[in-house]
Amino acid sequence: MAVIVRIPTPLQRLTQGKEEVESRPGTVISLINDLDKRFPGIGERISEGGKIRRFVNIYVNEEDIRFLKAEETEIKDGDEVSIIPAIAGGR
Amino acid sequence: MQSKAQLVVPSHLVSEIISHCRKVYPHEACGILAGKDGVVKKVYKMTNIENSGVSYMMEPSEQFIIMKEMRKEGLDMVALYHSHPHSDAYPSPRDVKLAFYTEPVYVIVSLINEPEIRAFTINEDGVNEVEMKVVLK
Repeated sequence: MAVIVRIPTPLQRLTQGKEEVESRPGTVISLINDLDKRFPGIGERISEGGKIRRFVNIYVNEEDIRFLKAEETEIKDGDEVSIIPAIAGGR
Repeated sequence: MQSKAQLVVPSHLVSEIISHCRKVYPHEACGILAGKDGVVKKVYKMTNIENSGVSYMMEPSEQFIIMKEMRKEGLDMVALYHSHPHSDAYPSPRDVKLAFYTEPVYVIVSLINEPEIRAFTINEDGVNEVEMKVVLK
């Protein structure tokens, strides 16, 4: 088993069009670092200085990591991680 | 991404969007238009967590749930809408800066006078207007 990561459409150009990729158990931030090694450039789109960007939401299974342990949330084998850019704007 | 030349919206859904924007006025309304191949089939009215007349952000957990529902139903996020209660139906600098999704069409409803509704692509080619075709259904 592995960790399944759902990649949002805006970032799929960095994963060769893949909607889902696999990663290893660990913390959220270690998972992002792992993704960035394999898909260069994806890390800075998701986080900055070890923190998740304000306009990016990350879910482990059904839970928003902001209500868990944020970047230090532990991800286990079989978990599904969803990376979801916010929808925002206005005037 | 290739811009879609046209967005097709059934007239009853256009009414639903406009009535949502009026209901939330003077705050900005926001929502997701789900469908297929540029044809809107469903309107998801979303909560603007900013409760503001000049900005919006969709409630993240609602967005997560709706995106999963669309995937389950085989629908795409063909467009995103929001209102401009006090300005024109044209993407603001903030709309452009925060347009992380480049595939959906951005629908903007201005409520300055009578509601005006226009649609745009926002991507690496900049802001381009898309024809919005309203159909009876």
